[in-house]
Amino acid sequence: MSEKSEKHDERLSVLKTYKLFVGGTFPRSESGRVYEVTDSQDRWLANAPLASRKDARDAVVAARKAFGGWSGATAYNRGQILYRIAEMLEGRRDQFGHEVARAEGLSRTKATAAVEAAIDRWVWYAGWTDKIAQVAGGGNPVAGPFFNVSSPEPTGVVAVLAPQESSFLGLVSVIAPVIATGNTAVVVASETSPLPALSLGEVLATSDLPGGVVNVLSGRTAEIAAPLAAHQDVNAIDLTGAGEALAKELEIAAADNLKRVLRPQPVDWAADPGTGRLLAFLETKTVWHPMGV
Amino acid sequence: MTSDYARRYAHLVTMPTTVPAYGTEAAERLASMADVTASDSALRRFLHGLPGVDAVGLQARAATLGTRSIKTTAKAYAIDLAISMIDLTTLEGADTPGKVRALCAKGINPDPTDRTVPRVAAICVYGDMVATAKEALRGSGVQVAAVATAFPSGRAALPVKLADTREAVAAGADEIDMVIDRGAFLSGRYLEVFEEIRRVKEACLREDGTAAHLKVIFETGELQTYDNVRRASWLAMLAGADFIKTSTGKVAVNATPPVTLVLLEAVRDFRAATGVQVGVKPAGGIRTSKDAIKYLVMVNETLGEEWLSPEWFRFGASSLLNDLLMQRQKLSTGRYSGPDYVTVD
Repeated sequence: MSEKSEKHDERLSVLKTYKLFVGGTFPRSESGRVYEVTDSQDRWLANAPLASRKDARDAVVAARKAFGGWSGATAYNRGQILYRIAEMLEGRRDQFGHEVARAEGLSRTKATAAVEAAIDRWVWYAGWTDKIAQVAGGGNPVAGPFFNVSSPEPTGVVAVLAPQESSFLGLVSVIAPVIATGNTAVVVASETSPLPALSLGEVLATSDLPGGVVNVLSGRTAEIAAPLAAHQDVNAIDLTGAGEALAKELEIAAADNLKRVLRPQPVDWAADPGTGRLLAFLETKTVWHPMGV
Repeated sequence: MTSDYARRYAHLVTMPTTVPAYGTEAAERLASMADVTASDSALRRFLHGLPGVDAVGLQARAATLGTRSIKTTAKAYAIDLAISMIDLTTLEGADTPGKVRALCAKGINPDPTDRTVPRVAAICVYGDMVATAKEALRGSGVQVAAVATAFPSGRAALPVKLADTREAVAAGADEIDMVIDRGAFLSGRYLEVFEEIRRVKEACLREDGTAAHLKVIFETGELQTYDNVRRASWLAMLAGADFIKTSTGKVAVNATPPVTLVLLEAVRDFRAATGVQVGVKPAGGIRTSKDAIKYLVMVNETLGEEWLSPEWFRFGASSLLNDLLMQRQKLSTGRYSGPDYVTVD
């Protein structure tokens, strides 16, 4: 809007309407609200939907509906789909490079590097889908005539507060481990730079990922996170994007139905993430099976 | 002064009060309409003489009534009212006595964590489960409704249908949900349908002179047009239905707001014409609190408060109750509830 190119004077600019991504579709906020998203220099970029608690509620319903199918899919199949997401992202590298550069005020080179790191992260987590069970589970030696086997199971619907500063690499680094193990996610995008997250929804919609496995909301983190933390049908919450005061408040609300809580901690998103985030949203199921006879 | 006059001339006024369809006076009122049901041709003339339904206007009206915003205390009232109006239904081939007993327990006490939740109006089962349900509901005030007359298709000979009804009544059913013969209705044999309803109503009589209330199901999804729904409504009410009900819940199209509005208007006009009050029961496809509240708004706007009680308006539903309970929990705790906190049935 602000930069009107001389060359294309006769052509009307086509502005993108950013929308939420809920249940595999792109609705506007139920409330009809939007807010202005600006770049690092405070120049207007776009209007993003300002999601309300009812959007959060709808997203949880969508995530719950998708949980059965996604957690029931084979780990190998989930890996293929995650890899497919990386493939789709690869094709839109420039678009994301552009969005990340504007959102975070990075140079194009640095932004592209961040996007490439994010794509590599999808691939990395895609590889983990059918391997995490070997790391987190296995046979247990027990003093009795039993086979005793522990296996990690997805915990359910996970609310994810995406990091505020790292709008894309950080975002991918919190979503991918949640869904890799079979959870479904309701993601609250970075409040100041939600555009890469909303565009990621378009990629997810075209990557064989079943609708509802990832739901992306944009808006005021505090407003959306509160009902999610208190929601009885959300099984875990990742507080990465919450400030200290908000995180404490959300943790108290989350205690009500014994949600798993991942507290915010300083993270270098570019570094090797390890398996910590994969393991944070798993339950261990242990089976005793009589041996012999 | 005015009241003196009213009292003195009360007996001269032809229709001073409204009487319930299940009362004894209703039969006298219906007798005043006997000329229209005297013969097949008279009945056809009457039913086809009913004003046609303006489909576009009807749908617009139903849609408008669905846009009311019902919040906070009004919503809490509406949710409790809706719970108390539910005919909690299980009509599966796989119904077992255990499942029926579980459903009855839920009907008496829908939310075990909250004793302030009202009980449902009735438990709706197949005829052979009536005794089980009756036993499980003893002393609770929850009614037992039984579907009868070859539910859901209605394709059986009349003696079979009557026997089906008598069986259910003998087993203790408080209410009978019958289906009309859509084949006869659609081919224009109105008097046949009329007689059938009348015979079933007679079969609802118990030995002690009381009678099970009769709900007549039209299966509006199979009646094709709104005009037919209006005709069926009048036909059933003339034949003595205590309640008129949209659907069985067994076909693709069940209760919709426009169709229910036709029923409500028919009931309103029927009372204006005869002074007999008939109940309405939309059934099938009502799954969310929001939908239920829309129906309540429609009842209030079309018929008024007199119908806003379980005696005159029911929901035929099974999963609706869970959603109402979750909404109720949300209102009382401020937290969104989830399906983990209601029973799976």
